[in-house]
Formats: sequence, C-alpha cells, structure tokens
Amino acid sequence: MSETIYLDNSATTPVAESVIDAMLPVFDNTYGNASSLHGAGRAAHVAIDAARAEIAERLAVAPHEIVFTAGATEADNLAVIGVALAAGEQGHIIASSVEHHAVLHSVAWLAKRGLDVTIIDVDQDGLVDPDQVQDAIREDTLLVSVMAGNNEIGTIQPIDRIGAICREQGVLFHTDAVQAFGKIDLPMETVDLLSISAHKFHGPKGVGFLFVRKGIRLTPILHGGGHESGLRSGTENVPGIVGLAAAARLAFEERPEVTARMRGFRERLIDEVLRIPGTRLNGHRSQSLPHIANFSFQGIEGESLIMRLDEHGIMASTGSACSSPNLEPSHVLVAIGVPLSMAHGSLRISTGRQTTEAEIEALLDVLPRVVEDLRAISPFKVGD
Amino acid sequence: MYTEKVIEHFRAPHNMGKLEDYSAIGKVGNMVCGDVMWLYIKVEADDNGRDVIRDISWETFGCTAAIATSSMVSDLAKGKTLEEAIAITNQDVAGELGGLPPVKMHCSALAADALNEAIYEYMSQKEREIPEALVRRHERIAKEVAQLEKRYQSFLEQEPDTAAESAKTKPCS
Repeated sequence: MSETIYLDNSATTPVAESVIDAMLPVFDNTYGNASSLHGAGRAAHVAIDAARAEIAERLAVAPHEIVFTAGATEADNLAVIGVALAAGEQGHIIASSVEHHAVLHSVAWLAKRGLDVTIIDVDQDGLVDPDQVQDAIREDTLLVSVMAGNNEIGTIQPIDRIGAICREQGVLFHTDAVQAFGKIDLPMETVDLLSISAHKFHGPKGVGFLFVRKGIRLTPILHGGGHESGLRSGTENVPGIVGLAAAARLAFEERPEVTARMRGFRERLIDEVLRIPGTRLNGHRSQSLPHIANFSFQGIEGESLIMRLDEHGIMASTGSACSSPNLEPSHVLVAIGVPLSMAHGSLRISTGRQTTEAEIEALLDVLPRVVEDLRAISPFKVGD
Repeated sequence: MYTEKVIEHFRAPHNMGKLEDYSAIGKVGNMVCGDVMWLYIKVEADDNGRDVIRDISWETFGCTAAIATSSMVSDLAKGKTLEEAIAITNQDVAGELGGLPPVKMHCSALAADALNEAIYEYMSQKEREIPEALVRRHERIAKEVAQLEKRYQSFLEQEPDTAAESAKTKPCS
C-alpha cells in the first residue's frame, strides 16, 4: 500500500502506465499537425484515425461519428448548445436535475436566450422516471439530456428506456456517460449524442469526445480551421487522442475484473460505513456505478471530514457547501432530498483500477475515528 | 488554500468542547448554511474588580476554517477583560491565522460574532450597561440571521424541523 490512498477517482484518475507508454512517442515522433500535407502531418493523421477507429469499434459506432474535444465539458456544451443553435435557438430542451453542471449550466444559458427548458426531478435514489420524460416531451422538444451514471452518487439512469422513448417521439437523446464509460454497457442504439472524458478512466486530462450519430445537425461552438468534420475547430491534441484510445482499450479489456473488484469494495464500504451511527447512503443501493459510494454523516461537516482524512493520507471528496466555491451544497444531494444538514456532511468515495483491498480497509479503520473526533467538536450530538 | 496556522489549529484545536460551569454562551450560525458555533465563557472578577474571561471553550459544526477560527478566537479572548475581548474583530482572528481564503472570511466573522454574543448575553444577564458597539454588533448579527434565513427560505421550507431548530439554535435531537 502506498503512503497516500487515493479514493477520489470520480474527480480524476492517475494515468495508467500503458497509456503513458502509448502517448510518450507521440510528443516527439508524431509531432506533426494532422492537417499538414507532408509526412509528419500524415503520420499524425494516421495516429488520430487509428484512435478514432479503435474507439468507434469499442462502442460499435462509425469512426466519423466520434468528434474529439478537449474533454466532457466541451462535449456536453457542443451537444446541448450545438443542437439548440442548429434549431435556430427555438424550441424546448429537457434535462434531469442531477446532470453535471456542464449540461445544467449550458441548458440554463440557453434558457436565458429564450429556449424553453424542463428540468425533470429524480426520486430519493436519484433515478429519473422515464414516464416523466415521456410526459415532458412536447411538439417542439429538440433534445433530452440524461446522464448514464451520476458522478456524485453513482445512480445509473434507465437511459435505454429514456433513449427508446426519445427515438419513438423523434426527439434527440444526449447522455453524459463520463462516469459510466468502461464501467457499464451503454445502449448506443438509442443514444444520439454521448459525452466522454479520458481522465476519468486513467487517460490524460484535456481530451474527450462527443459521439454524434450520423445525420444529426449540430452547429459548432468553436470556429476556425474546420477540424473534426467542421464540428470542432482547433489543431488536434494528438498525444491526448492517442492516450484516450489507449485508456479506452485498457478500460474495456480490464472491465470484467476491475468492475468486479470495485463492486466488492462498494459492498464492503456500504456494509461497514452504515455501522457508524447517524450515517446514510446517498444514491441507489444496487442500481449504481461500481466505483462510487456516497455517504452522509449527521452532525459533521464534509470539508472538515475531507481535511481530517487527508491528514491520514486518504483522499476523497464531499458535496458540502463549504467545499464549493459558491458555498452552495451539492445540487445532486439536494435533488434527492438529502436534508441540508446531512448534505453538509457528505463523503464520496470513488475507487479506481489501482485501488486495493488494503486501502479500503485502511479507510474503514480511520473513518469511524475521524467521524467520532469531529462529532466531539460539534454542538450537534448524534443520538441526543 | 489554507495557511499552515489554519491547518495547525484545525488539527489540534485549542479550548475545544463544552464548558460545564459557563457564565454565558454565544450561539451563532445556521445549520442550513453549514456553520454553527457555540462559544462558552466563564467570567470572573480579577483583583481590580474587572470582569475577565477566565475560561472559554466552543463547539463547532463547520469546515476547516470554522474550526480553526473557533480555536483562534478562544485563544485570543482567554484571560482578557471583557472590554479587551469586545475589541477582538474578525480581522484579528483571520490575521492571527495568517489569513483565510476570501470565500472563508465569513468563518472568521462567525467566530468574532460568537464571542460578541457570549459577552452580550453575559452583560444582559448581569444587567450591565452594554457598550453601544456591542449592541450594534448584536443587532447586525440578528439582521444577518434574518437575511440568511430569507436567502435559504426555499431550503428551510423543505425542512421545517431544521428551520425550527436553527431559529431556536438548539441542538439537533
């Protein structure tokens, strides 16, 4: 076990060695601009094409349906805003209340510009009801955006059913699959747009892609040299794209083994953490991504908890208001009805391919003591 | 993000816990907003008959900065006369900690406010003449609580129990 225990893999992951090995030669050997006609440019172009083909094959889609971006925030923006702009900034968009801010803030931006927006609530486990999506769809609905798996609480959405409803109604369906990619099967047949980010599955930061089903009209948000079929101008991040493909390869190859291990860790964490008095699990007990477990502890505040764990070399995250730049508690925890007092005391533990059983046991050893310690400082006593 | 001094006080806070034989208590903050601080003071007259904070302690629900400022304000006020303690400001608390991130400055205000409220309560109990500055701060704190509750009204409505609790600033039961 290393000195530090990194359990914040939903925030980002360490780049895998095989990914670094794939990327390193690209920096100096495949340095060309993929748009250049000469040998160096052609070599870069070949590398990008190979990466695109590999990713497309894994998702069983066509290579030209993969549009490389600088990550999932850009992919989400391109999907949501691109659809709205292509429709002349008129119409209606539906999104769930637990979407990532990259979707929610894009939707809010469009609402300010006059588009109609419906935000679908979730139940206490964070699930979107497909019937509610069906009911919200109108004649002028352009797009429905519901994430595949939630980044804070791990709840897996029924995107197969939501996608099928959208297809039937002739509405585009976008899913942010950032946390789900490489962890669960994605029902690509009924997805029109899908966002991915490499650094969430042991790839490099600053690269991702948007799957854009053939025939969908999107207006680009970046203008320039017309790269990526005109959808995303800007010289391609060749090492990043190669790294993205290498990380996807690793994620798919290791998936059965890694996700089985993660599920075991999650079960163990839930069993043990819920033994601590005044604790709750946030999110769905079983319909969850394997790598995310989110808890709340009564009477303590999450930022202090994170800092106390950090003293023990354990790195995790919280949805506490005190930890956010605007001092607002997590919109996801609020959406699933976690009382504000409990939302302040939330802890997200997210595992990665490198997480070991010893690390989980070390956390389980430290956590009850840290919780007790902070509760001793707090005026709110549990069980009073 | 945090200074070493902040981390030091967070790791090993001074004067932590509840004071059993306290003279007065200052309760500030709001559970809904995520910071609650209770400050206990024990006041005794010194040889010259001046009121002195003989002992002080606190209980805080809050972030790293809230805990560190609780610890610091208790250090600053301990052994001081009430007159001296009244003069302690949030800038003093933050300054002694080597500064706080801008978004966390309200935590230092909370600590200074808790001290203010404890002294206000003590002077009210003893029917002392309360300095005008202390009254003004007390009024400002009450006004800010009202504003916070207005800001978080939608949350409070969802959580009538928490709203009632925070209005009374009583412990969760």
